[in-house]
Amino acid sequence: MKKIEVVIKPFKLDDVKDALADIGITGMTVYEVKGYGRQKGHSELYRGAEYTVDFMPKIKLDIVVNDEDIDKIVEVIVESAKTGKIGDGKIFISDIEKIVRVRTGETGSEAV
Amino acid sequence: MENFSDVKYILDGFLMLFGAILVMWMAAGFAMLESGLTRTKNTATILTKNVALYSISCIMFYFIGFNLMYGDGNAFIGGGFALSGFSSEELGHSVMADFFFQVVFVATAASVISGTVAERMKMWPFLIYVVILSSVIYPIQGHWTWGGTSLGGLLEGFSDFAGSTIVHSVGGWAALSGVIILGARKGKYDKNGNVRPIPGSNMPLATIGTLILWMGWFGFNGASQLSLGSKDDIDAIAMVMASTNMAAAVGAITAALLTQIIYKKVDLTMVLNGALAGLVSVTAAPDTGMGYATIVGVVGAALAVFAVPLFDKLKLDDPVGALSVHLVAGIWGTLAVGIFGNGEFIPQLIGVLVIGAFVFITSFIVWKVLDMILGLRVSEQEEIEGLDIHELGLEAYPEFKRH
Repeated sequence: MKKIEVVIKPFKLDDVKDALADIGITGMTVYEVKGYGRQKGHSELYRGAEYTVDFMPKIKLDIVVNDEDIDKIVEVIVESAKTGKIGDGKIFISDIEKIVRVRTGETGSEAV
Repeated sequence: MENFSDVKYILDGFLMLFGAILVMWMAAGFAMLESGLTRTKNTATILTKNVALYSISCIMFYFIGFNLMYGDGNAFIGGGFALSGFSSEELGHSVMADFFFQVVFVATAASVISGTVAERMKMWPFLIYVVILSSVIYPIQGHWTWGGTSLGGLLEGFSDFAGSTIVHSVGGWAALSGVIILGARKGKYDKNGNVRPIPGSNMPLATIGTLILWMGWFGFNGASQLSLGSKDDIDAIAMVMASTNMAAAVGAITAALLTQIIYKKVDLTMVLNGALAGLVSVTAAPDTGMGYATIVGVVGAALAVFAVPLFDKLKLDDPVGALSVHLVAGIWGTLAVGIFGNGEFIPQLIGVLVIGAFVFITSFIVWKVLDMILGLRVSEQEEIEGLDIHELGLEAYPEFKRH
C-alpha cells in the first residue's frame, strides 16, 4: 500500500477531488498549508515598511491506495491539478506499513 | 432664547444632528456586514473601500452634490456649490445640520454598491464611480424629489419618507448596472449554471454589522421627520422608530420561517438580509402605522428571500444580497405606500420607473467608460490570490505568514 501526498493550488481542490471520485477514490485527508518552491512570493507593505512573504497558500492531500492503482491515480491527479503555471505543486509517494480501520478493526487492503 | 420658534429651530437642528450621527454609524454596519459575508483574502480591500466611499461621498456632496440637490436651478438640477445660496433664517433650521444629515444618506446609497461588486472590482475605478454618484447622479434624482421640483410635475404625488427609492433603490440600480458589466466571481457558477456557494468568512461580523445598521436606521427614518417642534412631531418620530423596528423584526422572522420551510434549515445570512429588507421596505413610509410596517416588512423580507436565488439564476453574483435587500425591497417599499399606505400607486410607480431608469442608465454609462479606460475587474490571478495582496499589499489576517 502506498501513501500519496499531493500539494496543489487551493482552487484546484474541487477538480482533483471530483476527478479522483470518478476513478473510485472516495476518501482523503486535506490540510491547508503554506509553501513555496520555484514560485516566488510577493511583497507586502505595512505602514511604510516593505516585507516579503514567500509562502503561498496551498492545499495538501493525503491519500492511501493499493499498489496496483498508483499510476492511474497519479495521472488523474496531475491532469486535474495542472494549470501549466509555476506553483502547480508536487506529488510524493511513500510506502505504508500497515492500515487499520478504527470502526471495524479491518486491516490491509480491506481497510484502504 | 426669546420665543418658541427659537426652541423649534434648536430642536429641529438637534434632531438632524442626532440622526446624522446614527446614520454615519451605519457605515460601520456596512463595513462589518460586507467583511463577514466575503472571504478573508479580500477583507482589507473591502474595509478600505467602505471607509473611502464614505469619505468621498461626504467630500463631494459638500462641494457639489448638496447644491445640485437643494439649490436653485431648474426642475432637473440645482445650482451653486459648497452650500452657497442657503440661509438658515430662510430655511427655519440650521443649513449645516441639514447638510450633515443629508450627506450621510448619500454615503449610505454608495455603500450599497460596494457589497455587490466585492471580491473582483478594482478599488480605484469603484471610488471614481462614487465621486460621480455623490456629486451628480444621486443629487439630481434627489432634486426632483426631496429637492421639491417633482421634475416639472412628472413626479407629483410621489412619496418617499426616508429613501426606499431615493437612497436604497438608487444604490441598488447602481449596483445592478455595475454587476452586469463586471460579471460573476470566478468559480461561482459552474459550466452547467449551478451555483457553487462562496460562504462568508465571519458570521459574527455579519451579524454585528446588521445590528449596527438596524440601530442606525432609527436615525435614518426617525430623524427624517425633520421637525421636533410639537407633540405631534415627537409622536410621529416615536411611531417612525417603533415601526422601523417592527419591520426589521418581522423581516428577520419571515426569513427564518421561509428558509426553514424551503431549505429545511434556517439560514442566518438570510435572516440578516430579511431584517434589512424589512427596514428598506418600511423606509418609504415609516410614519404610517405598526400594521403597515408589519405587512411591508413581511412581504419585503419574503421578496428578498426569493430574489437571492433568482439573481443567481440570472448569473448576477451578489456576495451580500444587496440587490435583493436594497433594490427589490426598495421598489416594494415604495410601491407599498400606494397599496397599503397613505399614497397613491401610480405616482409611486412613476417615481420608481423614472428614478430607476435615470440611475441605471447614467450609472451604466459611467461603469462602461471606467471599464474601457481603466478596466473594472482585477485579473484572474489577482482574484484567485485575493485583492488584499494585489490592490493593497496588506492582508487582514497576516499572522500565519510572519510568526
